[in-house]
Amino acid sequence: MNTPVLAPIFVNRKSFIELDARARAQSLFDEGTWKELVGPFDRIESPWLAQQGIAPQFDDGCVVIKGKIGGSRAVAIAFEGAFQGGSVGEVSGAKMTCALDLATKDSKAGKSTAAILLLETGGVRLQEANLGLAAVAEIISSALALRQHAPVITIVAGTVGCFGGMSLVAGVSSYTIMTREARLGLNGPEVIEQESGIDEFDSSDRALIWAIHGGEQRVGMGLADSLVEDDADKITAAVRGCISKGIPEKHRTEQVALYRARIAALDTSRQIAPPALRQEWGSLKGGVR
Amino acid sequence: MSEQVGLRGKAWFKALTGSATSNSGDPNSVLAATAAIESESALFLCVVPDNDSRFPCARDGQVGLEEAFALATHIRAVMSEDRDKSRETKRPIIAIVDVKSQAYGRREETAGIFFAAATSADAYASARIAGHPVISLVAGHAFSGGFLTHGYQANRILAFDDAGIVIHAMHKEAAARITRRSIVDLEKLGHEIAPMSYDVRDYAKLGLLFKLLHAEDPQHPTSNEIAEVKKAITEAIADARKGRLDLSNRWESDAAKEMRKGTLAVRTALEAQWFND
Amino acid sequence: MEQIEFSYPEAKRLIARRAHVGVVGSGDMEVLLEPNSEKGARVFITTSVNGFRNTWKAIFDRFFSKFDGAVRIHINDAGATPGSVLLRLEQAVEVIEQ
Repeated sequence: MNTPVLAPIFVNRKSFIELDARARAQSLFDEGTWKELVGPFDRIESPWLAQQGIAPQFDDGCVVIKGKIGGSRAVAIAFEGAFQGGSVGEVSGAKMTCALDLATKDSKAGKSTAAILLLETGGVRLQEANLGLAAVAEIISSALALRQHAPVITIVAGTVGCFGGMSLVAGVSSYTIMTREARLGLNGPEVIEQESGIDEFDSSDRALIWAIHGGEQRVGMGLADSLVEDDADKITAAVRGCISKGIPEKHRTEQVALYRARIAALDTSRQIAPPALRQEWGSLKGGVR
Repeated sequence: MSEQVGLRGKAWFKALTGSATSNSGDPNSVLAATAAIESESALFLCVVPDNDSRFPCARDGQVGLEEAFALATHIRAVMSEDRDKSRETKRPIIAIVDVKSQAYGRREETAGIFFAAATSADAYASARIAGHPVISLVAGHAFSGGFLTHGYQANRILAFDDAGIVIHAMHKEAAARITRRSIVDLEKLGHEIAPMSYDVRDYAKLGLLFKLLHAEDPQHPTSNEIAEVKKAITEAIADARKGRLDLSNRWESDAAKEMRKGTLAVRTALEAQWFND
Repeated sequence: MEQIEFSYPEAKRLIARRAHVGVVGSGDMEVLLEPNSEKGARVFITTSVNGFRNTWKAIFDRFFSKFDGAVRIHINDAGATPGSVLLRLEQAVEVIEQ
């Protein structure tokens, strides 16, 4: 006689990180309520890559999906980390900006539409340099416009993480959801090592990298809101929770005096120990779901 | 070239406001002053080098943690003071931009410079959305995170037209390394692909600039040049007041019709498909 | 950078669905498979790896020896192996034949 074997929990877990951008975005929506906009069949590609001998992607590495999440109107905009490192080009940036603008327009007309930004990106696409940088500035502006009317929710799941100018978009978001594997920062370790030397940042020191940029640290120090397991259902639940909470009373980036004082209180005579910031800055909100 | 970073900014801040020192409570790297432009009062902001910064990686004119929060503080103070004023009387905010880059340091990453930068960008954008005309004068370098933090949320952008002006996502050496090209090849690409160019006159083709300005000696503006620049800033303020509070003028400009066709194709298609419910 | 085109006029079976498969990572490719408005099949390849026209021809000759749908195929390629290309094509066919 055989007793049934219960499958371990991790077998049932659906990894979010293993999904590509399209699948990640789709996974957030209520079944049968979503459609992709300006998808690969429209073939609006980068005008700049082919002339540099770089193969373009039909959706320029950005997926826009509109539908309902937990019954509420939402649009998800996801950068594909596997295409050019998720970097922002003219077209991929315009997709995010314009989707935010349309969500704002709808929200102002009474059809509140949250935006979920899936940021798997190293920042500006250097092959498009100034149009990429301009696009990031425009995304920041459009995110700020929407968040007055509906929540802007950033998800950083890994493995690319969210770096460069797009980290400012995470910064202005209403809520930021991260996994342990994810990283969030303005400059990645290699760039710091390059610009300021290996003593400043040894980019081969993985423990150091996650201690500073990792999801657990960012949530722990109060600069991100939720630390969620790499599980598509749990991440969806976290997104639904943020949509239900609605627009925060005051966004983090509006609390200038508080954070300015925290920086002023730092002892800069030596490197700052990340755990100290968790202790001094950490809030009671946020935690593993 | 890099030794000059910050000096042109400082020179123009002094020329336009008469002041060259930081306020008490601010880091020495942030200059903020209210000064007259034409018949009205405006807030001028500039980030300059500070050899004695508490943050070792923010001594050469980078926009670091303290700089970002100081900028945000000044901007929000002006917003608060002008809260009940009509749009036409909200004070202009003039960002004089000559920044090496963002600060590249471990302290900065640990303490969340991404968030500090976001706070400053938010302040600039919120001022613009509230109706303050926000004008950027690129007087030197405007790179990447530094420009996103200080200046790139402006209604209108002005820049000088000489070789000392560089607006870009990454300086040449690093960009060459990351894209695995020689610097010579990178420069050649810039001639063919305007968004990659390090020449501000190519940047001007992208439709993001309001006007290109000229000054013979960047660090020693003449009184004629100062008058010309003031006039241009005043025009930019007036133009901003007539326009929308968002950044749509950037992709609706004549130059953008030529150089940002991808942007326009996306916006047209997305708008059409969004409402096909 | 090369643009390569092929025609397979004998592939005439009407196809009703479309498919998109793949991501243009290094060593990878994406493919769009759509019904062709005319009889026959057309293939349009954009590839960052030059000099393999014959290899692509061999791949598609083989593909269309078994598949007769009147399709338009668009490919963005960043160096996928022939094996990977065929796999992606098969995945796309699976979607449309569902």
